[in-house]
Amino acid sequence: MRKSNIVLLILLAVVAALPLVGGPYALRLGTIACMYAILALSWNVVGGFAGYPSFATAAFFGFGAYTTGVLLGKGLPLWLGVVISAVAALLVTAALGAALLRLRGHYFAIASLSLVEVLRELVNNATDLTGGGMGLNIPLVSGFGVLAEAMFFFYAMWILLLLTALMVMAVAGSKLGFGLACIRQNETASSMVGLNTTLYKSIAFGLSACFVSAAGGVYAAWVHYIDPSDVFDILYSVKPIVMALMGGLGSPLGVACGAFLYLGLEEVVWRNYIQFHTGVLGLIIVLLLLFLPHGLISLRPANLWRRVKHV
Amino acid sequence: MSEILRLENVSRHFSGLQALRDVTLAVNGGEVLGLIGPNGAGKTTLVNTICGVTPANSGKVSFDGKDITRIKTYQAARLGLSRTFQIVQPFAEFTALDNVAAAALFSQPGQSLNTAREQAMAHLVYVGLELQANQSAATLTLAMRKRLELAKALAMKPKLLFLDEVNAGLNSAEVERATKLIHELAAGGITIVMIEHLMKVVLNVCTRIAVLHNGALIADGAPREVIENPAVVEAYLGQQYTKRNAGRG
Repeated sequence: MRKSNIVLLILLAVVAALPLVGGPYALRLGTIACMYAILALSWNVVGGFAGYPSFATAAFFGFGAYTTGVLLGKGLPLWLGVVISAVAALLVTAALGAALLRLRGHYFAIASLSLVEVLRELVNNATDLTGGGMGLNIPLVSGFGVLAEAMFFFYAMWILLLLTALMVMAVAGSKLGFGLACIRQNETASSMVGLNTTLYKSIAFGLSACFVSAAGGVYAAWVHYIDPSDVFDILYSVKPIVMALMGGLGSPLGVACGAFLYLGLEEVVWRNYIQFHTGVLGLIIVLLLLFLPHGLISLRPANLWRRVKHV
Repeated sequence: MSEILRLENVSRHFSGLQALRDVTLAVNGGEVLGLIGPNGAGKTTLVNTICGVTPANSGKVSFDGKDITRIKTYQAARLGLSRTFQIVQPFAEFTALDNVAAAALFSQPGQSLNTAREQAMAHLVYVGLELQANQSAATLTLAMRKRLELAKALAMKPKLLFLDEVNAGLNSAEVERATKLIHELAAGGITIVMIEHLMKVVLNVCTRIAVLHNGALIADGAPREVIENPAVVEAYLGQQYTKRNAGRG
């Protein structure tokens, strides 16, 4: 196993220890951190490995939130709802991918973006099932106290993050990952050497959807109430891309760090500049991308040491 | 010699442009067929049509007795049709070794990455790129990239190999080296169709020549006959070439 993957697993283990030191606020932040990392790592499969700039993350997230929400309303247990959401997202997205992934570059980006709008409108109009624009109330999972509930959802999200990280590492080291790297570099040449590009891209698209959908399901149960403008928020599509770019495109460790860093910045900036927090956050992101184009992962300790010695 | 590839009345157009007109051509196992003609004659389109990149609008292509007219590119590759590109198409971020490994890996289903890399090394040695194995493809010279293309094509265990201007842009020493490689491949039993502008190379390696002009096949036969064919002289070689050649002969 590669060194960076081991570091990533250690990082996740450290995150898991959060409840030992933090209260409800820290747990809430930790849950969001795990959720962001799931989104960013998942996006990395199609965006980082295969080089297809997908803006469909919000579609997967909303799809999972609503699927799980509706199933919980029908009395299914949470774990089953989440598993069904994940599997359904995997299959539906892989099938959709076979059509959408014929487009490349900007065209694909626009098409994937429209997926979010289409799903949002569907949910808005299927009032009987989803409550439409009024939103959907989701029954409380259990009657335990505030802290216990926060702990429960933190670990639920954390387990999903662990699974996502394992999936992404497995893909990176496999024939699938090798094929996706070929597609990213030269798709024509890939099919010329016998690579079934449509199949590979569809699998990648499906994998990038399934854990996001699961995270959406856990999110829905956690917040008890969802509406289309919340879970189909286009920011769920944009943020993972920014996190992946900040952390280092293609590298699982980098992307996970990028997600944590992004959340940290978001939180600090929001607290200190409540009036214009998005402006300050935007500025920081632009500066980071300008001066660290290959992301956090390109900051190697050895290089830093060399620079210090140079000075 | 048994027939390995057959094109019957193959036509292909790109909206208004008729790139291939009613081409009927057979390739026999073990031969080295030279495909020549002026720029824009349809030589590369013909290869693209056979490999499924731009399928024929009408006509039929069969390979090894199977109809492959509507085949997908990756399926063609797995059947043993492999090619090099006129404009080299490496996986630029990969090392030379991984470039060839990709070809070995995906052209044969069920192959593992490790075996593919082992096979790839053997092909790199064969084309003389073993010292560059761990160098990224982007850093190779043009001559090396052309040889890398060849190694990729060979890693696919081809039955029929298309060489699209492997010598274009190479100096004479490099051309000589490439020519020697082609001779060896042909001797090893791979059927070769080569698109080539250097007549010296064509006459040196090809056992048969086919000439395309404006998308139509205007000549097909033994090398000597073809280069003396008035239609070929008119369309491609030019009087000068024929005179010079006749003087030498």
